[in-house]
Amino acid sequence: MAEDPYKLLGVPPDATPEAIKAAYRKLARKHHPDLNPGKPEAEDRFKAISAANELLSDPERRARFDRGEIDAGGQETPPSGASYRRYADEQAGARYGQRPDAETFEDLFADIFEARRRAETAPRRGADDFYRLGVPFLHAVQGATEPLTLPDGRVLKVNIPPGIVTGQVLRLRGQGGPGIRGGQAGDALIEVDVAEPKRWRREGWDLHMDLPVSLQEAVLGGAVLVPTPSGRLRVTLPAGSDTGRRIRLRGKGVAAHGARAAGDLFLTLRVVIGPSDAALDEFLRGWMPEHPSDPRAGLEGAA
Amino acid sequence: MITLDILCARFTALDPDDLRRWIAEGHVRTDRAADDLVFTEIDVERVRLILELRDVMQVNEDALPIVLSLLDQLYELRRKMRALGVEPDA
Repeated sequence: MAEDPYKLLGVPPDATPEAIKAAYRKLARKHHPDLNPGKPEAEDRFKAISAANELLSDPERRARFDRGEIDAGGQETPPSGASYRRYADEQAGARYGQRPDAETFEDLFADIFEARRRAETAPRRGADDFYRLGVPFLHAVQGATEPLTLPDGRVLKVNIPPGIVTGQVLRLRGQGGPGIRGGQAGDALIEVDVAEPKRWRREGWDLHMDLPVSLQEAVLGGAVLVPTPSGRLRVTLPAGSDTGRRIRLRGKGVAAHGARAAGDLFLTLRVVIGPSDAALDEFLRGWMPEHPSDPRAGLEGAA
Repeated sequence: MITLDILCARFTALDPDDLRRWIAEGHVRTDRAADDLVFTEIDVERVRLILELRDVMQVNEDALPIVLSLLDQLYELRRKMRALGVEPDA
């Protein structure tokens, strides 16, 4: 249990912060262990008054102590080490033995000092700022300009090149932290997060999608409307377009960018029979195929 | 290895300009490794002592060399006594 900090510092319980500081200084001068190498007890004394000062110079902790919430040693943080004498009393202390001509130190380290001073006054480039930006799939495929609102309220127009993928980082020069001492501003680095589309699957610059077609469209062929990234497109199906047939729409994939040509959009047909239909049922019952064929031919033995 | 930056980071109250001056005046002694200064543990404690002399005991910059010089002589005598086989506190 530590001693009463007021008694240790020799001040009344209602002492002003200034009085406490003054009392602590006076005692520190007297008991600092590095100034009293021949008095081992000085170290304990100094630690005690340092702890007392630390407690009483913090208004909040002093109030808690006064209210009895903490005891004098309860919150004791390790006071300053004051252990110079530990080294000075040993062989290591010879480093500070005979004092050579003071000027020589300045000369000895002049170049290091000068280099440091220069480094501290040289212009410094501002820091780079990092952001994440969500981009709708169609914008990533077609290219777009996306607004990015910065924490300071500024809005950057971020140019999204067509074909960007999640994880790619865009750099906006000079849009990061301000330069120091006339240095260049840093950059804004924007990591792109492209939304996953439901309808399309992306492979490189090409897009793939399943295209459901009715029985009639599949058998007779005809024009159907296909949603592509660049809008709805009329596509003429050839007659007899079976499930699994692939149709390639040139240049309807990821938009062209620079020297890179646009990718393609591949449609994979999927025949949908739809709800039952009495007329169709009737027709099929009496239907005799012109060229009977077994769609499962070749399945045997392939397993 | 304790560099100047590490030393400055250890003491919040330490201004690099002050340290530079103390080194230039020989109050704190250092070695050099290539283009940087390196310090030992005794230098760290020396800096702590100087900071406490200045900030707690209010020894101003003019009186600092006197105090340090007396301390250095005191510790040197104690080391010499030990070297002669005499325990200074006995």
